[in-house]
Formats: sequence, C-alpha cells, structure tokens
Amino acid sequence: MKQFLSFVRKEFYHVFRDSKTLLMLFGIPIVLIILFGFAVTNEIKNAKIVVCDYAKDPASQEIINKLSVSETFLLDRALLSPSQVEEAFRKEDIKLAIIFPANFYKDLQHLNKAQVQIIADGSDPNAASTLTQYATSVIMEYQQKLIQNAKMPYTISPEVRMLYNPELKGTINFVPGIMALVLLLICVLMTAVSIVKEKETGTMEVLLVSPFNPFLVIISKAIPYLALSLVNLAVILLVSVTLLDMPINGSVLLLFGASTLLIICALSLGLLISNVTQSQQSAMLISVMGMMLPTMLFTGFMFPLENMPNALQVFSNIIPSKWYYIIIKSVMIKGLGFSAIWKETLILFGTTCFFLIISLTKFKIRLA
Amino acid sequence: MTSEVVIKADKLTKRFGDFIATNEVTFEVYVGEIFGFLGANGAGKTTAMKMLCGLSKPSSGNATIAGFDIYKQTEEIKKNIGYMSQKFSLYEDLTVIENIQFFGGIYGLSDKQLKAKSNELIETLGLQNEAKKLVTSLPLGWKQKLAFSVAVIHEPKIVFLDEPTGGVDPVTRRQFWDLIYSAADRGITIFVTTHYMDEAEYCNRVSIMVDGVIRALDTPANLKRQYSATLMDEVFYELARGAKRKSD
Amino acid sequence: MADVVLNNIVKTYNKGEVKAVNNVSFEVNKGELFGLIGADGAGKTSIFRILTTLLLPNSGTASVNGFDVVKDYKAIRKNVGYMPGKFSLYQDLSVEENLNFFATVFNTTVTENYDLVKNIYVQLEPFKNRRSGKLSGGMKQKLALCCALIHRPTVLFLDEPTTGVDAVSRREFWEMLKGLKQQGITILVSTPYMDEATLCERIALIQNGSIMSIDTPDEIVKQFPENLFAVRADNMSRLLNMLRSNKQIKSCFSFGDFHHITFQDDNELSQNKLIQTLQEARFKDIELKHITPTIEDCFIKLMN
Repeated sequence: MKQFLSFVRKEFYHVFRDSKTLLMLFGIPIVLIILFGFAVTNEIKNAKIVVCDYAKDPASQEIINKLSVSETFLLDRALLSPSQVEEAFRKEDIKLAIIFPANFYKDLQHLNKAQVQIIADGSDPNAASTLTQYATSVIMEYQQKLIQNAKMPYTISPEVRMLYNPELKGTINFVPGIMALVLLLICVLMTAVSIVKEKETGTMEVLLVSPFNPFLVIISKAIPYLALSLVNLAVILLVSVTLLDMPINGSVLLLFGASTLLIICALSLGLLISNVTQSQQSAMLISVMGMMLPTMLFTGFMFPLENMPNALQVFSNIIPSKWYYIIIKSVMIKGLGFSAIWKETLILFGTTCFFLIISLTKFKIRLA
Repeated sequence: MTSEVVIKADKLTKRFGDFIATNEVTFEVYVGEIFGFLGANGAGKTTAMKMLCGLSKPSSGNATIAGFDIYKQTEEIKKNIGYMSQKFSLYEDLTVIENIQFFGGIYGLSDKQLKAKSNELIETLGLQNEAKKLVTSLPLGWKQKLAFSVAVIHEPKIVFLDEPTGGVDPVTRRQFWDLIYSAADRGITIFVTTHYMDEAEYCNRVSIMVDGVIRALDTPANLKRQYSATLMDEVFYELARGAKRKSD
Repeated sequence: MADVVLNNIVKTYNKGEVKAVNNVSFEVNKGELFGLIGADGAGKTSIFRILTTLLLPNSGTASVNGFDVVKDYKAIRKNVGYMPGKFSLYQDLSVEENLNFFATVFNTTVTENYDLVKNIYVQLEPFKNRRSGKLSGGMKQKLALCCALIHRPTVLFLDEPTTGVDAVSRREFWEMLKGLKQQGITILVSTPYMDEATLCERIALIQNGSIMSIDTPDEIVKQFPENLFAVRADNMSRLLNMLRSNKQIKSCFSFGDFHHITFQDDNELSQNKLIQTLQEARFKDIELKHITPTIEDCFIKLMN
C-alpha cells in the first residue's frame, strides 16, 4: 500500500511540475467548451429573410409580426416576382423567402385551406432545414390559435414542436458531446504519454526490474488521472452551467458515475496505445488522430448518426463516446434516472471491460 | 599547420542570470590545427562551442571565426564551419547517398560537385555496398565516420566535433582519427571535444576548462612536462578534480 | 559459487536478421567485480536485459542467484539492482524524491540501508532539493547508483555507467564500486572505455555479440601473442603513414603520444632496421621501446 501511495504521489508531482501537462489537462477542455458553445453552434441568429405579402390581410400580418419579433430572422418586406426572389437569393445573401398569396385569409376562412410558399437556400442544407422548420412552426402556431378561437375544425394541423430544445439551442447538444470528446481524448493522451515517457527515459526498465507488481504500475498510473479527470469534469460542468446556461436536470451522481466509466475506458485505451508505441510523439499522434476523428464522427453530436450508411451506423456502436453521449444527454437534459439509461450504461460497461482486459493482457512485463 | 589564426576568442563570456557559464575565455586556434577542447562535465565547453558556432550570443567579449564576427556575421560563419555531435549526426531513415546529397544540397554544392563528392566519399569510406541502405542499418562506427565526412562535405574552414567517438570500438576510433588527420592535412581546422584522454594526445594543442575558465592551454607534451605527468589523463585529473561546479 | 551464469545465450532481433548476442556463456562469482568490455552495439545491453529478466533469450539458459531468468523472474526482480544505460531517473523529481520513491518501490526505506549508500549520498546531499534533470552527468550517475543500491541488492547490474561522464567522475565512480565490492555485492558492469578494464577483477571482451576472451586483465595481457613496441618521432602523422606502408611492420595503431607496432620478424634486427629507415626518412627525436600491451591492444588484436 505504501508503495502504491508513493507511486500515486510521484504521478501527481509529474503533472503539477509540468506546466504543459496542466495546460493540456485544464486549458483545452475549457477552451473547447467555450469555443463550441459560443462560436461553433448550429443555432442560427439574424438570418436575412424576405417576406412577400400579396395578401396583406389580418392572418398574414399576424404571422409576419411573429416572425419579425423572433431573434432568428431579420425581416425584409418586399413584393417580389418569382424571378426577383431568385435573384435576391443569388445577390443579397437571403436565407429564406416566405410568400403569402393574395386572398390568404379568405382562402383559410372559406376553403378551410390556404397556401403559403417557403423558399430556402438549399446550398446550406442544415441552415435551410432549421430555418424552414422554424418558419413552419410559427405558421402552425398561428393556425393552432385560429382553431382554438373559432372552435371549428378547420384543418388538423400536425404538431411540430422541438422536444427538449424548443429554441433549438446548439449548446445543449454540444456540451455533452464535448464532454465525451475531452474526457476521452485527454485521458487516452495522458496515460499513453506518461507511460511511454517512462519507457523513453528508461525508468520503466528500473520499475520492471523491481518487486513492484507491473499491474500495480498501471493502476497507480490510472488513479491520479482518474482523479484529475473527475476534477476536470467538474470544471467543464461548472463552465457549462455558468457561462453557457446548460441545465443539469438529472442526478449529478449519475453523471459522475457514467463519466467514471468512460474515463476508465479511456485509460485502458491509453494503456493499449502505450504498449505499441516507443516514443512520446507517436503516442501523442496515435491518441489524437485515433481518438479525435472517430469520436467527432461517431458520437452523434456533430453529425447525426441516423443519416449515415448502415455499415457506419453499426461501426459507431463500438465507439464508447456514443453511448456516453446518449447517457449524458438523458441525464443532463431530459433529467431521466438510471432506469432509462441502464441499457446504454451496460453497453459502455461492457466496452470498458473489453478494452481493460485487452490492455491488461497485452501489457508487457518485459521489454520485448 | 600555419600560424594564421582562424578562431580568435577574446574574453568570451556567457552569463545565465547569476551563473557564469564561460568566464572571459581567451584563446586562438591556427589554420589546419587539431585543437582539443577538454573539460569536466559542466565546465562550460558546450556553451563556449555554441557561441563559436554562432548558435548563441555571448554576454560579453569578442570572437572571430574564419575572420567573421560572432555577433554580426553568424550567417557567414555557418557557411564556413561544419558541425558534428554524437547525438545528432545523420537522418537514420534516409539512405547513405540521400544523406550525403541532402547535406551537400544544404551547403549549396552544385549537382556536378555533389555527384563527384558522393562518389569520392563512398569510395574512401568503403561504403559501395551500403550506399543505398538506410543509415539506421549501419554499425555505429560507420555512421560516425559517415557523419564526419558529411560535416566536411563543403570543405569548411573549421569543423566542430562534439565527442565524436563516444562508444565506438577501438579500431573504428582510430579509423575516425585517420579521417580527422586527412581533413587537417587539407587545411581544415579541427576543434574537438572528447572524454578519451589518449585522443587528447592526438591534438596539436589542448585546452582544459574548469568551472568556466581555461585553466591550461598548450601542447600535450608541454602540459605533461609542466604537471610532471606521463599521461594526459593525470594532467586532466590534476586540473579538474578541484572543480566546484557539478551542474551543467 | 557463481551468482550469475549464462549458458549459450542467443538473442536475435528482427526475426533473426540481427544477431545481437551469439552463443554467449560466462559466469560471475559471488562478490566479484566483473567487466563486460566492448563498443556500442556489441551486445552488452542485450545481455544485461536478459539477466535482469527484461528480455527473453532465443535460446540458452541463464540464472541469477540460482534463479532462472525466464521462470523465476519475480524472484530475480526482488534481489537485483539495475542501472540501465540512460540514467533512468525522474528528471522532474528532486534528488531526495527520486531516492525515496525508488526506496518505496523496492519495499524499503532510505534509512534502512543508508549505510550502504552513505558514502555516495553525502556528495549529493547539498543538492538534495534540486531536480535531478538539472544535475551534471557525474551527479546523475551517482544518484542513479544510489537508487539502484537502496534495497541492498545481492547482484548489481550497471550498464555503461560511465558513458558520457568526464574522466574525474569516472575515476570517482570506480572508487565507489570498489567500496561496494567490499560490502559483498556482486557487480557486473559494462563499459566501452578499455582503460576501465584493468579496474575489474575479471573481464569479458565482447564484439559483434560474441565473447572474444574472458579472464583477469593480467592474464589477457599475458596472452598477447607478440612483442609489442611503442614508437614515436617528431611528426606523428607522417610516421603513422610511413609505418603502415612499411613491409616490416605487421600491425600499427596509434595510442596517444606513441604508435604501437608489432614486427613481421620479431627480432632485434627488425628494430634496428626500423630505426635506420626512420632516420633515413629524416625523422627526428625517434624513440622505440618494448612495452607491455594494454587491454586495448589486446582488444584490437582479438578483433582482427
């Protein structure tokens, strides 16, 4: 036990005496969170749209008013012909055009049915779909009101509502994603580099030629980084809640529990990498390249997994951060309890055990 | 060897904060001379050598290398010197011929010169069969010989050698010194550091640095006479054992 | 009783392409100071790693303290001290922290075996709060030795402890080894510096993975098959070229301020003839004397 504690203490010395490691450990997560939270969101603000109101009746006026108070749109009113609309898209950076035909309200009242045309700039599909969705929801809202007031079955309008994220806030999706990315990346990197460093300086040789059990070497390496990562997690959560207005609707304990699982998984991956590399540079390169891309692609916070080819969807199942992301979203945003996420937790647990066992059996008690 | 001065250091000093790494070092090296630059670990050899190569600016004092000022003309200095250390010598993942061509190219040799030089080099070193092999597959001694030949590929005025023979077997070590002698015969000045005291004897003159200052500078024979010693090892031990400084 | 035994040890790398250790056998007796002398790449480090259970040999057997290096690796790891080629210290830990750490790793404390390292550690004491990365080569070497000794090992393996260390520190280091030997510790040390060979009780000369000779330094010198002469004159470089092209001379190597030569016909006539030739070639201050070979002479002889 004394050996073990002394090892853990040594590991902390390493971290706290190297300003670069410290910066990597605590600087990168915060920068990433803030960067993604503020700058790289898929939330759209002040998109320029043009409204061609040929109806000029109470219905169109009310809808336009609603659109104009929203932060999403920057409204421009003009009566444009179809060809002029197209030109506006090309020349004036218009994101959306909404055209109310003449007799809009009348049609609605008499025929129980009216048409409104929404034209979007499909060259940016993400923005286009977000904007059309939003515009549609404003129109639907009006329709809903109309039905309620008149108590008359005009039309059965489908309910389009953004579940859990009514404002379509990007941050809410990004923060759990970044948490997964950061924890995975930092933990893999730290373990891999710290073990390979001992190989490089030759201290690993001395440790191996000592009565100290090689597995204890690994565990004593893992404990400090587990602890540091949990502190890191707390920092990320704090930044997210205070700066980015993230909610934590579920149990914080559950959040930390799931994170611990992911961290252990990452530590085993780092160990695995340290087994096959001889220099700190290659360990760093493999950790960053090997972890960053799959995590970004297959976690689901940047690119929706549902849209991927089947083969890739199947592949994404072995990416631990995918399950972690689902768990964290459920706990943080939906406020769900363990009963709702036990399946994902089990999968993450399984993956962790898998990597841990592989890395422990692959760990060399000799040099070659 | 002539009496024409090629390296002239005048009260060369380098301070790191309170620490004086080299303290008013003054000496001259002549054209074609093999000059041994000895000293204990931490005596300030590396610092002095870095200043002479134009890699580090002195805190005070003057020096000229091949007639160029070490403050203002570092680029000219670099064109006129060669450098080889035990640590960095060649690219292990390039072949022998690729290394020769790369370093020759850096020093601006023309294609024709390069071709002639690399053929000549491979022949003198007896590397015909290894020319297209990766440097990493060569034995250490061959690497060191190749590294030296590459360091003088542009026929510099001076070549700086930082512990060039560490760990090399005794026969290769002597072959290495043959290369040094032949370079010196061509008029290239050799400035060399070593931990092998018998190699100090091969030098025309040696200086021994202790705690940042040059404590002795003369021919090996004169130094041995002065300290009534039979071997340079004893001279070195006599001078360096009183060293106060233990850190680099 | 032999503390270290090697029987026909073979070690290859790259699937047999590189033969690092080629059928090596030797024994190191209890309490002996044994030197493995050879250049970089001769196979010294591979032998050390096999003995310290860090590498598995391709064939052959070896034991340390009677324990097999493959089967009983755990027992060996409890009992030996090992100092790898690079001074394997934590550069970002202080002198004291390094020592304490290695003491706990080996299940002991610094005070328990302080008498063993005392003579070495007193030299480090003034710097005990300094980070080990900031120490000079000589000091790092001493600290690494302390760390390898802190659990009072029965056998001490020192892989090139004096490489890159200046002549003064090297001399001090060998003094320390003598002291340790008196405490009954078996020491196996490797070095590329031939002049250190005479400081060992017995030595093995190793080149390209094979052992060329094993004996006491005196015995190895005695086995030198020819009479060896030292010659010098005013222009040593010209003298060397001249001797090499001289048909009378069998071998010629420079050794500091002399060239060491052997003759084709080993008799007095050859000596006189050589002096005459040199005089005719206008060499001045000619000196020729019969000498006892050094280990380096023997090594070169065995290499050819």
